[in-house]
Amino acid sequence: MSRPEAITPAKVRDAAPLFAALGDATRLGLLVSLCSGGPVSVTRLSATFEVSRQAITKHLEVLAEAGLVRSSRQGRERIWTFEPRRLDDAHHYLERLSRQWDDALGRLKAFVER
Amino acid sequence: MSPSSTDRIEKRILLRAPQTRVWQALTDAGEFGTWFRVKLEGPFLPGRHTKGRITYPGYEHLTMDVVVETMAPESLFSFRWHPYAVDPGVDYRSEPTTLVEFRLEAVDEGTRLSVTESGFDQLPAHRRDEAYRMNDGGWAQQLVNVERHVSA
Repeated sequence: MSRPEAITPAKVRDAAPLFAALGDATRLGLLVSLCSGGPVSVTRLSATFEVSRQAITKHLEVLAEAGLVRSSRQGRERIWTFEPRRLDDAHHYLERLSRQWDDALGRLKAFVER
Repeated sequence: MSPSSTDRIEKRILLRAPQTRVWQALTDAGEFGTWFRVKLEGPFLPGRHTKGRITYPGYEHLTMDVVVETMAPESLFSFRWHPYAVDPGVDYRSEPTTLVEFRLEAVDEGTRLSVTESGFDQLPAHRRDEAYRMNDGGWAQQLVNVERHVSA
């Protein structure tokens, strides 16, 4: 456990879109903005970034593809939100399984020590 | 955060019992079933598959299904399974499995046991969403229990 695990080709493949999504100054800026500022429309974002709405939308779609943001419709506007769920889900999942192991090992302890 | 922080669960516990005793509790399917709460249909054998009904209250509709990998007497027992396979309507067989490893080590006080479950990063994302929802359900049930307790 002391040595870092080898990164499998599959993992590299999975991670590539994420890094590609982040490897652009505008997109990184958009993500930081959504992360700190909360849900926002393309109109507001394009005003902040001085880039066309079409370009902003394209960038946001790349981020959405990587699971970093999501959008919802509000009237005629699409509202974009930072999406931390993916990471959160992974942690919740492991927390729950971790507790199940604690319970099971507690029962094993009682079983072998009786 | 390291890249593999979501890939594995690791547990360590000191058991005040001889290594031989712990090995038996882990690898005898009947004994395993007593503490893990599952009624396995067949023994654990390297490379072989066994399954059985969960006997944990509230989870009796679920089946545990494992393929044993390694049985190195009294030191390493490992199997693969589908973690958190809680939806009887889902066929999990096509999904990646996780590897569960029990490692035993004799110490003065008894036996040190470590359990590692790894391979979570390979699971499809929707399985984690599902676990997230189930977690919410778990809390809802806890609140019902609290309500029952205080109104008794």
